[in-house]
Amino acid sequence: MSKKDIIICRCEDVTLEEIHQLLEQGYTNIEELKRLLRVGMGPCQGTTCMQLIQREVSKFLNIPIEEVKTQKVRPLTMGVKLNAIKEGACDES
Amino acid sequence: MKASYVIIGAGISGCSIAYNLAKKGVKDIIVVEKHYLTAGATGRCGAGVRQQWGTEMNCRLAKASIDFFSIAKDELGYQGDIEFKQEGYLIVAVNEEEDKQFAKNVILQNSLGIPSRKITKEDAKEIVPHLNTDVILSATFCPTDGHLNPFTMTDAYYQAAKRLGVTFLFREEVKSIVVKNDKIEKVITTNHEIHTSNVINAAGGYAKEIGDMVNVAIPVYAERHEILVTEPVEKIQGPMVMSFGMNIYCQQVPHGSFLMGRSNPFEKPSHNIESSWQFLDEMAKTVCTLLPPIGNLRVIRQWAGSYNMSPDRQPIIGTTDLPGFYVACGFSGHGFMFAPMTGLLLSEIILGEPLTIDITDLHIDRFKTARDIVIEKSVV
Repeated sequence: MSKKDIIICRCEDVTLEEIHQLLEQGYTNIEELKRLLRVGMGPCQGTTCMQLIQREVSKFLNIPIEEVKTQKVRPLTMGVKLNAIKEGACDES
Repeated sequence: MKASYVIIGAGISGCSIAYNLAKKGVKDIIVVEKHYLTAGATGRCGAGVRQQWGTEMNCRLAKASIDFFSIAKDELGYQGDIEFKQEGYLIVAVNEEEDKQFAKNVILQNSLGIPSRKITKEDAKEIVPHLNTDVILSATFCPTDGHLNPFTMTDAYYQAAKRLGVTFLFREEVKSIVVKNDKIEKVITTNHEIHTSNVINAAGGYAKEIGDMVNVAIPVYAERHEILVTEPVEKIQGPMVMSFGMNIYCQQVPHGSFLMGRSNPFEKPSHNIESSWQFLDEMAKTVCTLLPPIGNLRVIRQWAGSYNMSPDRQPIIGTTDLPGFYVACGFSGHGFMFAPMTGLLLSEIILGEPLTIDITDLHIDRFKTARDIVIEKSVV
C-alpha cells in the first residue's frame, strides 16, 4: 500500500507520507510535527495517532520508542459544548 | 563555536531578525532556542493579525507587517501554506467610552492608510450574522486585517534563514552571558560556549531574565493568557470578532475551528502557562453572550502562553546601555503580528542603516525619563 494512502491521523487526515517527509526535513520532535501537520489536534486529541507517530519517529531516529516523547496532554479530555460549560458555570445545581 | 550575532529565542521575532540580518549579508548568525521552533508565545498565540490600533506607532508597525505578510510566501520562497486570510477584524464597542475612542482610532488609522471604518451595529450584523447586537453599541471594521498561521509563518522565516546560512541550536538553553569591561565575550548554553560580541534578546516571556544575565534591567514581565479551540465546522464567520470591554477575541480559522481567548484582569506576573477551569467558565459565558450560536460547538483543547508585558503595552526594540546587546521584547501579546517589522527594523538599527519606520520611541530609554509615555489601550 502506498504511503500516500495510509492515514495516520484520522481527525486531521494526515498520511504516513506527510509524516515521513517532515521527518526527512529534520522535524523529529512530535511537538513540531503536531504544529506543522495538525496531527493530534483534532477531536480525539491524539488518542489514535500518537502511538503510531511515536513508532515512526522511533524507527527514523533509530531509538527505542519509550525515548520518543509524545505531545503535551492538554485539557479537555473529551469535547464539551460551550453552552454546557456556561450553564454549569452559571447554575450548577 | 563563534558567532557574529547570537539570537536568543526561535519564535517568530528571533527567526525574522535572523532572516533579515542574513539577507543583508551578515554571516555566522546562531539562533539558540530552549525548546523547539515556536515553542513559546508565537506557537501559543491567537493567530490574528490586525492594524486597528490606538497608537500611531502600533498602527505603522502593523500596517507595514500586513503588507509583508501578503507577499511573504513568495518573498521567503516557502513551499507550505501560511494561511494568510484577509477577512477583517470586527471590533465591537460595548460602551459610550469605547464608541468615542473607536471613532478617534479610525481617524488615526485612516490617516496612516489603514482602511478601517466605523460602522453601525446593523452593519456589523451583516458582516457577522450571528453577532448579538443587543450587547453592542457600534463597531469598527478593517477588511485587510485577518488570520495567519503562526507555525507555518515562523517555519517560513526559519527555512529562509537556514538557506541563508543561519545556524539554529534547538533544545539548548542559554545559561549565562559573559561580559568583561562592558563588552560581551561569550554566551554559555547547556551544550556550547559561543564566542560573540553581539547578543539579541528575542526571548519573549523570558526577556527579562536574559536582560538580568548582563545587568540590563528590562521593565517587562510575563503574564499568562489562555486560549481554547473548538471542533472544526463549516465556515460561518469571516472576520475576527473582538471586544476590549467584554474581554474577548474569537475567530474561525481557515481549518474550521473557532479559536478564542480573553485575559484575566487578576493575573499575576509569572511564567505559569497551565490551563485553568476558571478561564473555561468565563470564556464560555462571554462567547455565548456575544456570539450565541458558537455555544453549540464543542471545546476540544485549551492552552496558555505568556504575554511579555511592557509598561506602555508597546514593544521595546533597539540598542541598550550594554554595547552589542539588543532587545526585541515587550510586545504585550502582539509580537507575532509585528514580526516582519521587528526583524527588518532591528536589522537596520544593528547595521546602522536608515530606518524604514522611525522607531526611536520604542527604545528602552523611554522608560528612564519621566516624560509621558503613550499607552496602547486596544489590547485584550
